[in-house]
Amino acid sequence: MSHQVIDSKEAVIRFAGDSGDGMQLIGTLFADASALFGNDISTFPDYPSEIRAPQGTIAGVSGFQVNIGSGSVRTPGDFCDVLVAMNPAALKSNVKWAKPTATVIIDSDTINEKGLSRAGFKSDDIVEELNIGHLNVVFAPITTLTKESLKDCGIDSKAVLRSKNIFTLGICYYLFNRSSDSTIEYIDNKFKKLPQIAAANKKALRDGINYAANIQAIQNTYRVAPAIVEKGLYRYINGNQAVAWGLLAASEKSGLQLFCGSYPITPATSILEELSIRKDLGVKTLQCEDEIAGICTAIGAAYTGSLAVTTTSGPGLSLKSEALGLAMITELPLVLVDVQRAGPSTGIPTKTEQTDLNQALYGRNGEAPIAIIAAHSPSHCFDAAFYAAKYAVEHMMPVILLSEGFLGNGSEPWKIPSLSNYPDITPPIIEESEESPFQPYKRDPETLARKWALPGTVGLEHRVGGLEKNNNGSVSSDPLVHERMVKERAEKVARLSNYIPNQEVIGSESGELLVVGWGGTYGHLYTAVERLQNEGHSVSLAHFDYIFPLPKNSEELFGNFKKILVCELNSGHFVNYLRGEFPQFSYLQYNKIQGQPFIVQELVEAVEALL
Amino acid sequence: MKYSVDDFKSDQEVKWCPGCGDHAILASVQRAMPQICEELDYTKERFVFVSGIGCSSRFPYYMDTFGFHGIHGRAAAIATGMKVANPRLTIWQITGDGDALAIGGNHFIHAIRRNIDINMILFNNQIYGLTKGQYSPTSKLGKTTKTSPFGTVEHPFNPGALVLGARGTFFARSIDVEIKLTQDLMVESAKHNGTAVVEMLVNCIIFNDRTHAEFAEKLVRADRTIILKDGEPMIYGKNRDKGLIFEDNKIKSVTIGEKGISEKDLLVHNAKEENPGLHSMLIDMKWPELPVALGVIRSVEDKTYNNNVRDQVINAREHAQIKSVDELLRSGATWEVK
Repeated sequence: MSHQVIDSKEAVIRFAGDSGDGMQLIGTLFADASALFGNDISTFPDYPSEIRAPQGTIAGVSGFQVNIGSGSVRTPGDFCDVLVAMNPAALKSNVKWAKPTATVIIDSDTINEKGLSRAGFKSDDIVEELNIGHLNVVFAPITTLTKESLKDCGIDSKAVLRSKNIFTLGICYYLFNRSSDSTIEYIDNKFKKLPQIAAANKKALRDGINYAANIQAIQNTYRVAPAIVEKGLYRYINGNQAVAWGLLAASEKSGLQLFCGSYPITPATSILEELSIRKDLGVKTLQCEDEIAGICTAIGAAYTGSLAVTTTSGPGLSLKSEALGLAMITELPLVLVDVQRAGPSTGIPTKTEQTDLNQALYGRNGEAPIAIIAAHSPSHCFDAAFYAAKYAVEHMMPVILLSEGFLGNGSEPWKIPSLSNYPDITPPIIEESEESPFQPYKRDPETLARKWALPGTVGLEHRVGGLEKNNNGSVSSDPLVHERMVKERAEKVARLSNYIPNQEVIGSESGELLVVGWGGTYGHLYTAVERLQNEGHSVSLAHFDYIFPLPKNSEELFGNFKKILVCELNSGHFVNYLRGEFPQFSYLQYNKIQGQPFIVQELVEAVEALL
Repeated sequence: MKYSVDDFKSDQEVKWCPGCGDHAILASVQRAMPQICEELDYTKERFVFVSGIGCSSRFPYYMDTFGFHGIHGRAAAIATGMKVANPRLTIWQITGDGDALAIGGNHFIHAIRRNIDINMILFNNQIYGLTKGQYSPTSKLGKTTKTSPFGTVEHPFNPGALVLGARGTFFARSIDVEIKLTQDLMVESAKHNGTAVVEMLVNCIIFNDRTHAEFAEKLVRADRTIILKDGEPMIYGKNRDKGLIFEDNKIKSVTIGEKGISEKDLLVHNAKEENPGLHSMLIDMKWPELPVALGVIRSVEDKTYNNNVRDQVINAREHAQIKSVDELLRSGATWEVK
């Protein structure tokens, strides 16, 4: 068999194994190595909600997909060029993601009676049974080779088996002509105090590379040149980290202490984890007894003058509904970050979806409109969080930031910005009142925001709360006062449209068809629209970051296209909202509710069918 | 700074029912405020009154301080956020038996467990008043109410027992009509570092009238309650001739001068005892077997959550490698594209 080096603009590798096999780790290490090499990358972890489902079963398979490219990479890729399967179950559940030309590497030591029966194979000919004779399947005895490699390292057999993933990573480095330097640095750092383990892992990595180079079974290796990207300093960032850092940036710009009250929930938890490390930047985090306490502690902190944040995912948003109404009626700044996951109820906690939009828009008792901003890529989570905080503080209102599991866990290279390029945040804090007694709900004539009078300020004693009030702060059940206050609060949110940017269009400002999206589908929609444009179609993309209120030019923009196709990972939340906002247009829709991101190809086909 | 009681009265009309015990508690708290400011060198603008939902939760509107009227059951969480965010504030949480022990039970025990330095005044009238007369988690077993027309079939909570169960550091009890005692307990509560729970036995004249009367009635109160004072023997009674002893693993009531009992045989109250065993027995005392315990029953020192968080932040900032967000963004693995 002759070995061939394939020069490729893009290559996708998918790691799949038991949830204890360390697939997320080697996926991340591979992505790190590629990012350092200069590729543009996008990653997508696809893991089960069980920490350790029964070994060897389909339910326990954890996957991690990395797309590396020499051009702009905006999605983790639809299908993979290389599939690493650590056992038969991993192969069975992931082979559907392999391209017809893919190389599959499987640990052949796991193709035994136990492995096959747990994965539900009927025979021991997995190639035949899965009908994958056309793929380049490499049967690599990874378990045996790792044991052999580490037999003299002086570490116990459990630790040896744990190094299987690193051996496998070595094979992949050979396949993609990657340097293992960053991984060696990682190993040295991680096992600083366990030199034996460090040495073993480095040996496993080296032996993996050598094994791949020596066997003849590998037909193709890949070369993906560094991407030509803007000059500057880069790092690799995932969406949850970017949210946390964007909030820190807002804290610094506003001069306000950052306070996060939260409760662990997949896939939002790592925002709380990231913030709790940052006491060096003055952050206070509180891991509460429940979701409700998460938001209520944040409301308490907001009342006393902190930049207050609560983080959650779908079910947590439900639990926080009543308190969101309280933040809304007390007109306090609060950022609620919802990293959406597949629902309803517990749903599929580790899978991505955009199904909380209706809840964010309408999910409260009474008239309780709340501004909504959506993040569209892992690194955009930084800006989205920054602006959510800026608008919350300056307009004295809660803001919901919608992220998605796909963004929170996904990562990409990010050109590190400088905070000097971000706008100031000016909290409307007052030291003394123009009128006596102080009137807590007197409004700024432009923004309609009230003033922020912090406890501890002499002479500004006042009461706020969930009961309807007059502008002077006294409780009122007067019908006309209630109606006026409801309208003023709604108008305050609506006026945010005077401060947010106009909606941009990717492609022509007018034409045959406008693809409309929001949130984490950006990369897939962009790639699909770009492909359609290259094929000569009159297709443009309007991808919304500002959901409520909508950018001021939205209506005009929709009028410039013959057809509008709204694509989202739900049954049509955004499209129905647009139907209510601008009923004069007719909207087509493309929806997917599988707990999985879009596939570029399906989007291209959906649009082509309409042209 | 010197304050008068009037400095703490807001311009809002007090809207509780005439004869409601809440009026007396409001008066006691307003009287305690100038004393607290003087003894602890506090200024008025540092006070925040925060509440949940219920009759008692209207309280913040009647205090001329910063105030926050929250949602049902969540006052402890809101108060926690306030105190952790700004430990300089002195936070007073007003709550009722439904608000704190039913819908807000989780926040109640966790605030206490964390020992957040807040003052909780728990108005216990053993009924839902604002919703017009349904049983609460402290209603007596068998109590007939609108939602228990055949009598309740569930045991009530004893709030003090919950406080101890959550490793609480401070618990005191008073009756609405004991204005001076209540005022003193508010001052003690303010001085305590940590979650200070003061259970106020309060009468709901409309929906649960005389619920505490068998021991709270003026004529019998001295004989059916005992006001515990740290370091003093446990003596009570109109004639100061009754006392409490510990015998057969129980607290028993005795008469001084009878059966050879003298004052030195009596238990001496030690509110500072870490072991909650005796405090638990005192909290559980019920008339007619024993007098109902009032006063500061438990007051022990421990670190507070809010100070621990503040100290972690101060310490991390002192030893910070990263001092700004720009530095943070450039920390760890980065690469330069030239």
